Amino acid sequence: MKFLVCVSKTPETTAKIAFSGDGSQFETSGVNYIMNPYDEWYALVRALELKELHGGSVTIINVGPASNDAVIRKGLAIGADNALRVNAEPNSSLYIAKQIAEHAKTENYDVIFCGKESIDYNGSEVGAMVAELLDLPFISFANHLDLEGNLATVSRDIEGGIEVAEVETPIVVSAAKGMAEQRIPNMRGIMMAKRKPLSVVEPFDFADLSVPVHFQLPPEKGGCVYVDGENMDELVRLLHQEAKVI
Amino acid sequence: MLNELMKKNTLKGGAFIVEDSNPEDIFIPEDLNEEQEMVRQMTKDFAQQVGARGGKIANQVQILDEAGELGLLGSHIPEEFGGMPLDTNTNTVVSEEIGRIPGGFTTTYAAHIGIGTLPILYFGTEEQKRKYLPKLATGELKAAYCLTEPSSGSDSLAAKTRADLSDDGRNYILNGQKMWISNAGFADIFVVFAKIEGAHFTGFIVERDSEGLSLGAEEEKLGIKGSSTRQVFFENVKVPVENLLGQKGKGHLIAFNILNVGRYKLGVMSMGGSKRCIDISVKYANDRVQFKTPISSFGAIQYKLAEQAIQTFALESASYRISNLMQEKKEALLAEGNTFTEAILKAAEEYAIECAMIKVSGSEIADYVIDEMVQIHGGYGFSEEYPAAGAYRDSRIGRIYEGTNEINRILTVSMLMKRAMKGAFDFAGPAWAIQKELASKSNEEELKGVYASEKKAVGDFKKIILMVAGAASKMQMEGKLNLKEEQEILMNVADIMIDTFNAESVLLRVEKLVEKDNKPQSQEIYEAILKTFITDATARIQKNATDALVSFSEGDLLKMLLVGLKRFTKYQPTNVKVARRKIAKALIEANEYCF
Ligand SMILES: Cc1cc2nc3c(=O)[nH]c(=O)nc-3n(C[C@H](O)[C@H](O)[C@H](O)COP(=O)(O)OP(=O)(O)OC[C@H]3O[C@@H](n4cnc5c(N)ncnc54)[C@H](O)[C@@H]3O)c2cc1C
Repeated sequence: MKFLVCVSKTPETTAKIAFSGDGSQFETSGVNYIMNPYDEWYALVRALELKELHGGSVTIINVGPASNDAVIRKGLAIGADNALRVNAEPNSSLYIAKQIAEHAKTENYDVIFCGKESIDYNGSEVGAMVAELLDLPFISFANHLDLEGNLATVSRDIEGGIEVAEVETPIVVSAAKGMAEQRIPNMRGIMMAKRKPLSVVEPFDFADLSVPVHFQLPPEKGGCVYVDGENMDELVRLLHQEAKVI
Repeated sequence: MLNELMKKNTLKGGAFIVEDSNPEDIFIPEDLNEEQEMVRQMTKDFAQQVGARGGKIANQVQILDEAGELGLLGSHIPEEFGGMPLDTNTNTVVSEEIGRIPGGFTTTYAAHIGIGTLPILYFGTEEQKRKYLPKLATGELKAAYCLTEPSSGSDSLAAKTRADLSDDGRNYILNGQKMWISNAGFADIFVVFAKIEGAHFTGFIVERDSEGLSLGAEEEKLGIKGSSTRQVFFENVKVPVENLLGQKGKGHLIAFNILNVGRYKLGVMSMGGSKRCIDISVKYANDRVQFKTPISSFGAIQYKLAEQAIQTFALESASYRISNLMQEKKEALLAEGNTFTEAILKAAEEYAIECAMIKVSGSEIADYVIDEMVQIHGGYGFSEEYPAAGAYRDSRIGRIYEGTNEINRILTVSMLMKRAMKGAFDFAGPAWAIQKELASKSNEEELKGVYASEKKAVGDFKKIILMVAGAASKMQMEGKLNLKEEQEILMNVADIMIDTFNAESVLLRVEKLVEKDNKPQSQEIYEAILKTFITDATARIQKNATDALVSFSEGDLLKMLLVGLKRFTKYQPTNVKVARRKIAKALIEANEYCF
């Protein structure tokens, strides 16, 4: 079985987010990067587990610049067999999806995994777009996936319950919490990572349909003010004069 | 490759007091490569996964097994014996991150991979290595090290445990008692030191299920409560002769050589522990509100946060510097045709002085950092519900085991003297030059260049060592002083050496950072760290040198030496308040150790 895992590089969860003065760019200095946790912990690890069960290979794909190689090699250290980086500075989900689809259309992957979202832009778009571009079934936010021949049983959380779907591969799945558990790469994996193939290809020429023009931080959260339960006058004054809601 | 290594100006062990290093000669944590950073992240994730479990003895076996699965127990062991050896610097990264685990697992880990496993790796026969190392590398076997006895601790060679050859000549019969043995509760094999016929100090590999081997109860300890510490009793325990380790009567070689590496690792682990405690301290100080403002906004608290970080930064700079010295030495020795184990052993031996120094400063800096962590937590620092109390108790062992800090200070100076005497480097020449400099008028040359004052200050610290040690050895040679009986002076000199080595390591790192684009903080912050450290080190060194000088000299000689001391402690103090506030600001913003 052939598995493809789409991974992205995101700032660490504790990174301080700042934008350039004019708001046109994300300020990258001093920011540490990680593999998007949904891609790493759930998508990649489940792909590896399925490979261990059914045989086959796991390929990682990333659309990004050379500075993403460290994150890609971590995926190889965790256990992926090989990796492909499309050498580009993507600006939109569609651009990324088109690059991935272009690669995947000739490779006959059985399951294409991505994380349910990236923790930076939170778009949850790439998976659906890849599926559409390849004309494949897409199941989003999956928290469980089993394979039996070419029949996949996939479950996902829905409001108040769980939905279980059966679908024939090839499919595209976005992985949510529950799909698998974080795997720490072992020393051997880390040392082997640099010997595994990481090929770099130039992007296909697609024009972006949208470009981001401005970023800004959410308004700062005000501190919490405790008002004594007995002191209704003060509460009314604060709501009226400070919060201006009454 | 060989030529390259020979060309490189590698500092010999102890020679830092007479030779200067260049920033490009040293290794700094900012030089770590992608793979090393990946190993760091892996170990960090492991440490995170261990979390509070490390504080219970019952969990140690399971956690060691997990470490084994990740390859963390085989990182010193060659591949032919089932390991996956890492270079010294990568192993330093691993030790640092393991050092973050609270509750005692660091001791379990160090006892297993260090004092438990290394004697077999370094001194075992081919068969012993084949039999034990692969299983030690995976954690299938757990190891302990039995040197200390109830009546012999620091004086470890005075052990009473004895070994006598059986009548049939097939076994040694061990009788005796060992005390404070880490991992004793679950270890499968024990490296034991005993005297053959009560005279020849020798190492043995003893398996747990040997008849006559029994254990005392778990000790009720002040800290590291997750680590198993028990007495081990030997009553007519039969040890097959093929389990003799190394050579008969050469047990001291094993015991002392193992300690060099162990001391170094202890220093590095203390550094990891300090960083963790700084992270917790800063977060707490940012969260805790008093007088309607986070306590991190108070100058008194900022002083503590900054000082925790400055000292830890110094420890970090010194740790990676020593690590790389050992790494380069190891590579040079391998290139010269030494075996893997010879190379590692000789490299550690070369830097035995530095290993002893980092053990002392690591354990004391960690204690300082953690003491202030408790203080920053106020009353909550005194509560077991918060991490400070446990960390405070756990940290304290660092000054006691792997040779107490007193023993390591004595060793620092005595090994230096020995190396100087043996001509490992020229001590007399530079010491004589200082004498001449003292007799001449001081010429105040103008200082030029980046960090010129700091470079001069570090150079002057070295002169102080040469002046104090030179004058003392002169009196020793004249028979007016017996330094062995003057431990107070040895303590003073050791402290000056430690401050000097750490100050130079900070200086070289901060100099090297000038050229680095991708550093987490601006150069200004590193400069603040450097200047504050040198300012404080100057005061400490002045005090230690004065104490030493008045202890062995008087009259005109003392006067001259004190004038010299004054000349060598002229560093213009920096505005430490402003500097510390800058450093604290960086910490407060990052909400963790961020240098
Ligand atoms: C938790 C724990 C775990 C340990 N794990 C192990 C282990 O796994 N294996 C093992 O073999 N040992 C182990 N030890 C033993 C440890 O190494 C010794 O406790 C240590 O070496 C000190 O010996 P001691 O306790 O006998 O103290 P002593 O040697 O009696 O020292 C008491 C004091 O006197 C000072 N002193 C002693 N001699 C001198 C001198 N010549 N000059 C100046 N001052 C001196 C010391 O510095 C100290 O302050 C462990 C100890 C503890 C507490």
